[in-house]
Amino acid sequence: MTRPTAPMPHNGAVSADLADTAAPDAPPRPRRRRGLTSIEALALLLVFGLTARPGLTDLFAAPAAQAWSARFVAVCVQAFPFLVLGVALSAAIAAFVPADFFHRAVPKRTALAVPVAGVAGAVLPACECASVPVAGALVRRGVAPAAAFTFMLASPAINPIVVVSTFVAFPGAPEMVGARGAASLLAAVTIGWLWAKLGKTEWLRLPQHRHHDDGKWAAFWAAIRHDFLHAGGYLVIGAAIAAGLNTLVPETWLAPIADDPVLGVLALAVLAVLVSICSESDAFVAASLTQFSPTAKLAFMVVGPFIDVKLAAMQAGTFGRRFAARFAPAAFIAAVAAAVLMGAVWL
Amino acid sequence: MRRDAQAVILLLVGGGMLRLAWTGAYLDYVKPYAFWLIVPAGVLLVAVAAITGVQAWQDRADADDGHGHGHGEPKVAWLLLAPVVGMLLVAPGALGSYEAERTGTVVGAEESRSNYPALPDDVDPVPLTLLDYAARAIFDEGETLEGHRIQLRGFVLYDGDEPQLARMVVSCCAADARPVKIGFEGDVPEDLAPDQWIEVVGTYTPRQGRDEINGELVPYIEVESVTPIEAPDNEYQ
Repeated sequence: MTRPTAPMPHNGAVSADLADTAAPDAPPRPRRRRGLTSIEALALLLVFGLTARPGLTDLFAAPAAQAWSARFVAVCVQAFPFLVLGVALSAAIAAFVPADFFHRAVPKRTALAVPVAGVAGAVLPACECASVPVAGALVRRGVAPAAAFTFMLASPAINPIVVVSTFVAFPGAPEMVGARGAASLLAAVTIGWLWAKLGKTEWLRLPQHRHHDDGKWAAFWAAIRHDFLHAGGYLVIGAAIAAGLNTLVPETWLAPIADDPVLGVLALAVLAVLVSICSESDAFVAASLTQFSPTAKLAFMVVGPFIDVKLAAMQAGTFGRRFAARFAPAAFIAAVAAAVLMGAVWL
Repeated sequence: MRRDAQAVILLLVGGGMLRLAWTGAYLDYVKPYAFWLIVPAGVLLVAVAAITGVQAWQDRADADDGHGHGHGEPKVAWLLLAPVVGMLLVAPGALGSYEAERTGTVVGAEESRSNYPALPDDVDPVPLTLLDYAARAIFDEGETLEGHRIQLRGFVLYDGDEPQLARMVVSCCAADARPVKIGFEGDVPEDLAPDQWIEVVGTYTPRQGRDEINGELVPYIEVESVTPIEAPDNEYQ
C-alpha cells in the first residue's frame, strides 16, 4: 500500500481513525508514564499462557468445563468468518462507496425506505453476525437508522441460504418457509417503522471512524481492524454466555411445557434467545423439537435471527448499550407477535 | 491498546483459526464445509495483522507524538484472547457422552422424511449412519432394514446402567450438537467405557424404548459383535 511521503500534520495518518486522538500540538508523551504498556501486558499474558498450559488443561478437565469450552470455541470459530465477512463489507462500504450513493439509492421518505431495506436484506447471504457491522456502516454512511435496522433484522432471516436450509429442514412443509419469511419481514418492517416514530438518535453511540487523508485503502484496513476488534470482543461475551446457558440449563425443563400452546411458543422463543444458533442452521434445530407446535417452531426461527444473547452483545458494542437495552425487548416482542400471527394464518 | 498489541491479537485469532484448519481440529467444533469459511477469514485476519504491524513499525520511525498508546481503541478487544486460549491451549475435544446423557435424542427431525431407498444386497454388513438407522427403524418400521446385517459406528454412553450407542448430530456448530441414540438388544461387553468408540454389527429388531429426556423413541439393534475402534476424524454427523 502507498503512504504519502509529504510531512503529515500531527502524524494523523492511520491511527487517527479513532475518536478523541490527542490534540494536534499536544506535547510528546513520555512512554514510561503509563507503567505497563499493552504490548508488554500481552507479552506477559503469552508467557503466562505457555507456562500455565498444564494447569489450564487440569482446570478444564471436568466434563462440564470441557463441554462449556468446546461450545464456546465452537460458537467463536463458527461466527468469526461471518464477522470477518461483515466487517470487510462494512469497511468496503465505509471506504469505497461514495457518500451520496445511499442518498440516491434509498428512498427519501423513511416510511418507504424501511420496507425497501427489508426486502433488500435478501441480498446479503450471511448470518446475523455479518449483518450487524454492515448495518453499523450503513448508519454511519447516512442511511436512516430505521431502514438500516430493518435491513439488519430481515437479512439473516430471508436471505437465500436461510430459505433453502429451512426448506430442507422441513421437507413436506413448504408453508414453513413462507411463514418464516413473511413473519420475519413483517416484524423487521414493524421495528423499522417503530424506530422512525419513537426512536431517538441520542440512544445511538456509534464508534466513530475518523476522516482519512491517507487514501481509501488505509481507511479500509483501519476500519476492518477496528470493527473486528470491537465487535469481536462483544461477540466473545455473547458466546461465553450462550455456551454457559447451553451447558448448565438442562433440556428437561422443555418437556412439560411443550403441550401448552401458549407456553410452548414462549418457551421456544426464550430458547432461541438463549442458545444463539446461527440463522443458517436454526431450522434444523427447530425441526428436531418435535414435541412443540408448528407455531412454536416458527417463533424459534423468527426470534433467533432477531435477538439472542450473542447478538445483543454485538448490538450493544456496535450501537451502544442504551440502544441495545431498548432494541432487544422490542425486537423480541415484535418477532413473537409476528410468528404467532403468521402461525395462525399459515400453519 | 496500542496498535502493535492489536496486530498481535489479530495475528493470534487469525493464526489460531488457520491452525485449527491445518490440524483438522476444526472438525471438533464445526461442520466440514466450514473449512472454506475459516481459511479465508484466517488469512484475511493475518493480513490485517501484518498491515497493522507494518504501519505501527513505520509510525515508530516518525515522531513519537502521543499516538503510540492509541487510546479510544476498545478495551473489549482483549477478550478476543479468550477464544485464542480456548483454541490453542485448552483445545477441548468433541462433545461426547457427557452431553449425550443430558440431551434428548434427535431422531424426531427425520419424521417427515418420505424416502427410504433400499439397502444394497451385495454389501454385508451395510454401513449406516445412526440417524439413518434410527429413522428407518422408527418411521419406516424397519422395512428396508429386514434381511440385512447392519454396521453402526458411534460412542458408548450409559442411560442409567444400560449402555447405548450414540453419535452427535451437528447442524451448524458444536453448540447445537444433539445426540441420536440406539439401544442394544442381546449381549454386549460389560466393560465398555463411556466415550469409547465402537463398531456394532447386528440386525434390526422391532424393540423400541423411550428417551426420558424428551420422550422420543429410541430404536434397538440386535447385536452380533462389538469392536472397539479409534474415534473418527469427524466425530459429528
